[in-house]
Amino acid sequence: MPEILTPAAIYIAAALLVPFLPNGRARQLFMLLVPVAGVAVFWTLPEGTYASFNAMGMHIGLMRVDALSRIFGLIFSIAAFLSIIYAWHVRDTVQQVAALLYAGAAIGAVFASDLVTLFVFWELTAITSVFLVWARRTEGAYATGMRYLVIQVFSGVLLLAGTVLQYRETGSIAFETMTLGSPATICIFIAFGIKCAFPLLHNWLQDAYPAATVTGSVVLSAFTTKLAVYALARGFPGTEILIYIGAVMTLFPIFYAVIENDLRRVLAYSLNNQLGFMVVGVGIGTPLALNGTAAHAFCHILYKALLFMSVGAVLFRTGTAKGSELGGLYKTMPLTMLFCVVGAASISAFPLFSGFISKSLIVSASADQGHYVVWLILLFASAGVFHHSGIKIPYFAFFAHDSGKRPKEAPTHMLIAMGITAALCIGIGVYPAPLYSLLPFDVTYHPYTTGHVITQLQLLFFSALAFTVLMKTGVYPPELRSVNLDTDWIYRRMLPVIMGFLSAMVGAIWRGLSQFTEYYITSFIRGIYATHGPHGPLARTWPSGSMVLWVAVILGMTVLLTYV
Amino acid sequence: MIDLIAKNLPALQVVIPLMAAPVCAIFNRSRLAWLIAFVVAIASFAMSVALLGQTLDGGIISYHLGGWAPPIGIEYRVDVLNAFVLLIVSGIAVVTLPYAAKSVAQEIPREKQGFFYTAFLLCLTGLLGVTITGDAFNVFVFLEISSLSTYALVATGAERNRRALTAAYNYLIMGTVGATFFVIGLGLLYMATGTLNMADLAHQITLRGDTRMLHMGFAFVLVGIGLKLAMFPLHLWLPNAYTFAPSAVSVFISATSTKVAVYVLLRFMFGIFGFDYAYQQSTLQYVLLPLALLAMFAASLVAVFQTDLKRMLAYSSIAQVGYMLLGTAFMTQTGVMATVIHLFNHAVTKATLFMVAGAFVYSVGSSKISELKGLGRIMPWTSAAFVVGGLSLIGIPLTVGFVSKWYLVQAALELGWWPVAAAIVLSSLIAIAYVWRIVEMLYLHSPSPDTKAKEAPLSMLVPMWILAAATVYFGTHAALTSAAASRAASTLISTSNIIWQ
Repeated sequence: MPEILTPAAIYIAAALLVPFLPNGRARQLFMLLVPVAGVAVFWTLPEGTYASFNAMGMHIGLMRVDALSRIFGLIFSIAAFLSIIYAWHVRDTVQQVAALLYAGAAIGAVFASDLVTLFVFWELTAITSVFLVWARRTEGAYATGMRYLVIQVFSGVLLLAGTVLQYRETGSIAFETMTLGSPATICIFIAFGIKCAFPLLHNWLQDAYPAATVTGSVVLSAFTTKLAVYALARGFPGTEILIYIGAVMTLFPIFYAVIENDLRRVLAYSLNNQLGFMVVGVGIGTPLALNGTAAHAFCHILYKALLFMSVGAVLFRTGTAKGSELGGLYKTMPLTMLFCVVGAASISAFPLFSGFISKSLIVSASADQGHYVVWLILLFASAGVFHHSGIKIPYFAFFAHDSGKRPKEAPTHMLIAMGITAALCIGIGVYPAPLYSLLPFDVTYHPYTTGHVITQLQLLFFSALAFTVLMKTGVYPPELRSVNLDTDWIYRRMLPVIMGFLSAMVGAIWRGLSQFTEYYITSFIRGIYATHGPHGPLARTWPSGSMVLWVAVILGMTVLLTYV
Repeated sequence: MIDLIAKNLPALQVVIPLMAAPVCAIFNRSRLAWLIAFVVAIASFAMSVALLGQTLDGGIISYHLGGWAPPIGIEYRVDVLNAFVLLIVSGIAVVTLPYAAKSVAQEIPREKQGFFYTAFLLCLTGLLGVTITGDAFNVFVFLEISSLSTYALVATGAERNRRALTAAYNYLIMGTVGATFFVIGLGLLYMATGTLNMADLAHQITLRGDTRMLHMGFAFVLVGIGLKLAMFPLHLWLPNAYTFAPSAVSVFISATSTKVAVYVLLRFMFGIFGFDYAYQQSTLQYVLLPLALLAMFAASLVAVFQTDLKRMLAYSSIAQVGYMLLGTAFMTQTGVMATVIHLFNHAVTKATLFMVAGAFVYSVGSSKISELKGLGRIMPWTSAAFVVGGLSLIGIPLTVGFVSKWYLVQAALELGWWPVAAAIVLSSLIAIAYVWRIVEMLYLHSPSPDTKAKEAPLSMLVPMWILAAATVYFGTHAALTSAAASRAASTLISTSNIIWQ
């Protein structure tokens, strides 16, 4: 293998070439080769840091190969490969170039061994991914993209600030394990947190992902947040606060996901919830937990992409992803339905599906370390996941009341992409050994013990029960009275009522806060415009005399200083 | 022969463009005048490279004009700092001239083109002279040569927009006020010390000690130069002058004249005056520092709301001058180094951007932002050059702008001035806003259907892309410029008689 700087270089070079290839099969085939070449570059390399040099007195390393970067590099490459197949029909050069650059930037960031390289690729993921949102070319998508970009760039700026401070403090910009405490590490931590969609820093995710194109949201779901998880796992393993942040992250999106009607937004919330598991894993920081984080990120990218693909296929064929407008699609889209169910089963961690073998690593690690409250929260969150992603998505899209829509089955390339992803989900679930062998630490772990399987199944069945109850009692937000299941569990009504009340409260507070800040921001900008705008005093053309006045003032000030 | 040239390099650096200027005027044929100017610029550039080569290791060339010994005769004194500035000025002249050929042919009537290049060469002479001379009064003379020719150059924009005349007139009045204050300062200095040679001045000041007269002289020099370098709020001449000047002139003066003025400020402040540290520090930290910070924010915000690209760039220049003054106000080796490196980096960046603006004027006939809609598709190369320059203006890594900001932030943190470091980063965010407005216009709108715009001619694109490539090249290979800047800062500090931190 020739000496190459970083796999990202391949993606960037390919992205530069793509516009010059004829738009069609040749170009798509060429793009498919890119992730393969990217994997070939790092897969055979023994562990170590490559392509390192000194610049401006700092030690730059473009390519650090170790177990952690290798597994993330691999799954990112797989995700890029699958999303290219899925996007076979796309003829929009902007999207193709943006997706390649975006994947390349994410992989480049994974292999970065110093903070400056990390920062460069970090910002590159922000700048390239926004085009996937804009590619929808609507006014709304443009505004969403702008908001997304501002937040992402801000994360990068914080990272840079942290890097500078870190350099001043330690004289090194190496990207190694850090301890939270100094201003430098706090800046870096928050930068990671924004990209990882920590609670209260998460809004960009639910804002932007559902706004992207059909293929765009598949790509988006894979990289940005998992890059942040990788960065946390590299930089802050064992930081206790992450356990609590992660626990909150697994909880709060559930409520939103339940009341949300747009299925892609439901997926965005459940993405947030899944990230919570990984963050808890990083926070616990034991080898078992970190293995769990890496494995869960690996499986999560696959099944989340699968879910986005299937909902995307529905959107592609019917033009909507709203739960209330869909239903009954299983009649004409049976394969898509099947793949969606596989994805749903994986995210819900059904035994024999990929989510089971990765999530149980994290849950076990939390129990091992004595975090029982966290353990309980994770269990509750697992039930919630099943509820909104496992049942709600396939149910509203493909079953429920018949919407009368009879779309065609998804295009062949989409089915191929979904098929491969689904096969991987099941394959990993049935035979996890190859994935376990890739994990950063050697830990012998057996997911299929009686205890695990039974706990998980109990959870799943009770969650299914809750769903049916909610449906039946009619409090389930998009009201669809089509399931007949006699039940009179009145006390069960309490839960949805409280849930509804809580979400109304949160909504009202949020609205109030955002109106408040919006008012102040608007009047602040108006004030700046009044002084700095084209006709404001600062931008006006002044007569020469006023200049002489200023000269006198400054001269006076300087002379005055002589006497103090 | 070669030996003779090598010996007289410092003099030739100034004399050749000075002599070529009347030749241009005599021939007054546009093509020939252009050719002469171009050849002279190349020769100047070659000489400045040679001078930098001789001084890079810390050597100082002292050249006695006409063989008169320094305190009485005029001395040209080249060290690595002014060799670096000479290189910037002559280098920008070399890339501006090929660019100017087409743009000047379109914007200026044929019969005036010969005189245009005459004024251009005089301006170059003045700027080179200010930089190379080691005599304080000589600085004033060359400053006037460059200023007067700049007023004339700005006024040649009248063909395109009559407001160039009032802009030039205003610039003339304000520039002259500045020059007057500067020369009053020199007079006070002379009264206090009896000499005008810079090295001798520094020596006499240490001998005679601190007097109030010197403080007065310093104040006058500071204000006079402050006006020339567009120190906020003494910048009022700049926006109109840059906006209404012909494109090639905007490129050249935006990249060189304020830079040379900053150099003069550095030289006077640190090379000549040797007050007790407290006074110097208080002027820097109570006058210069707040004004620099104000400039960074106020001028950037004004730029955000501008409706004309050239005017927007002009306000951004005022903000960038703020960064240079900030580096100076730190009064540390790193701070001075950040200023010096920003001289180079900003020259390259701003020249690229003004070239882009000029190319738009050439193709669209206007630099109004609203008329740039969709030009990203029609003029891909020009627009891409804007993106490169814009990224550098913001200070994105891999561009020169990042290198400058990196050292500035380093200098602020060295002193433990956190708020200042934060202000540098924050003001860069404002740059994102004004650069983005243009990028959005260029790329995210579709062009108006009846547009006749075409990509700019090759003779404009090549210089533009040489500079755009330089912003990236020196952004990734910062060792070259930072070594020169670091040595320049050290030289300045080692020759000054202030007690440095």
